[in-house]
Amino acid sequence: MTFKLPDLPYAKDALEPHMSKETFDYHHGKHHASYVSKLNDAVKDTPMAEWDLERVIHHADKEGKQGLFNNAAKHWNHCFQWQCFSPEGGGKPDGSLGRQIEADFGSFDTFARKFTEAATGQFGSGWAWLAIEAGKLKVTNTGNADTPIVHGQHPLLTLDVWEHAYYIDHRNARPKYVETFLDKLVNWEFAAENFANQGEGNQTGARAYDDAQEAFVRKRAAAS
Amino acid sequence: MAFQLPELPYALHALEPHMSRRTLALHHGKHHKGYIDKLNGLVEGTSYADRELHEIVQETCGQSDLGAVFNNAAQAWNHAFFWLSMTPRGGGGPEGELALRLERDFGDVDAFAGQFKEAALGQFGAGWAWLVIDAGRLRITTTSNADTPVAHGLQPLLTIDVWEHAYYLDHQNERGAYVDTWLANLVNWEFAAANFEDAGEGNWKANRYREVREAFAESGLGEQDRA
Ligand SMILES: [Fe+2]
Ligand SMILES: [Fe+2]
Ligand SMILES: [Fe+2]
Repeated sequence: MTFKLPDLPYAKDALEPHMSKETFDYHHGKHHASYVSKLNDAVKDTPMAEWDLERVIHHADKEGKQGLFNNAAKHWNHCFQWQCFSPEGGGKPDGSLGRQIEADFGSFDTFARKFTEAATGQFGSGWAWLAIEAGKLKVTNTGNADTPIVHGQHPLLTLDVWEHAYYIDHRNARPKYVETFLDKLVNWEFAAENFANQGEGNQTGARAYDDAQEAFVRKRAAAS
Repeated sequence: MAFQLPELPYALHALEPHMSRRTLALHHGKHHKGYIDKLNGLVEGTSYADRELHEIVQETCGQSDLGAVFNNAAQAWNHAFFWLSMTPRGGGGPEGELALRLERDFGDVDAFAGQFKEAALGQFGAGWAWLVIDAGRLRITTTSNADTPVAHGLQPLLTIDVWEHAYYLDHQNERGAYVDTWLANLVNWEFAAANFEDAGEGNWKANRYREVREAFAESGLGEQDRA
């Protein structure tokens, strides 16, 4: 099999006015699509064409295959990211994730401040994350294509802070983009699902990738 | 004295249609200014406040506790150099001694352009592509984020900014189209030749930064088209 660009789990204009259709035209339709097609070129006629995405990422990381890693990890990160947005996003998590955030950060506001610092403080291109490491929640950031799944962390949420993610809607104002994400877009249900899955081993990434497509197909079937 | 945002050596609309006024207004007035403002905040009251920009870049490179100073100082320097690497009368190829060297080290201008484009496209994420002199030979190199040949003892002749903010408004995801346009219409070979002649004189790094302001003052374009 070859890797596929997953459909978005909502319509391209579903996040307006907080994230524009035009942003998705480029971010999903051009940037993400291009990582997938470069990844497929790289694995073509190799055994990796049959592997799952996470296996390719771990292999490329371990073997220092930077070009392969970049495209595979960018594919994974973007698949994961689309689910981190929701037209009904924003607010705070409740339930066990809400309690864990209070336990590990002191308060939700402290978490939000740390996440904002991680997102605005990532110099150049990269990602901000909420992840679990050794049973504890933490906020981190990664540069370029780097991803927590090769660092023994289990991601719950991410925000892409490459300039392409926010330039159409916010120009240079990355802090405004991060604020909009936390206020209006963040999908705490998805984070809670990832949190609930954490004990099940290392399969989150693959599941998130498959789920992105399945969830979309389900929703589209239900809507029609 | 605090570091100042150098004026552009041309009007904001002077590079149209190849680079739009709104790209230059944001790139210069927000991004470049942002680096300079942050640098001033970071060095205020420290011994760096009175140093030359390139000295700060060289001394803070690789020091993890001074990463923010390096990033903002190097971006301040790189952008000043980038504005001069473009001109409304750009494109084509160099003349004189630099043309001979380009032929010797790359074959011809087209071969150079092909390799330069490949390097600019291959820089994953944010960064810069450069034409430099390295031990007497012309060479193409790339740096990531704020990193700069100035920090590594190389003499730059030209640079193109490949951070997405440099081309997103005009070319969106098409970095290749941006680089093609830049090479065909904007690249300032006179500036490259001036840097080439300076090589070996030692003081070029500071000169270049000051010259941005002086060249602009002389151009008489300073009062029009403010962002
Ligand atoms: Fe992205
Ligand atoms: Fe360096
Ligand atoms: Fe820039």
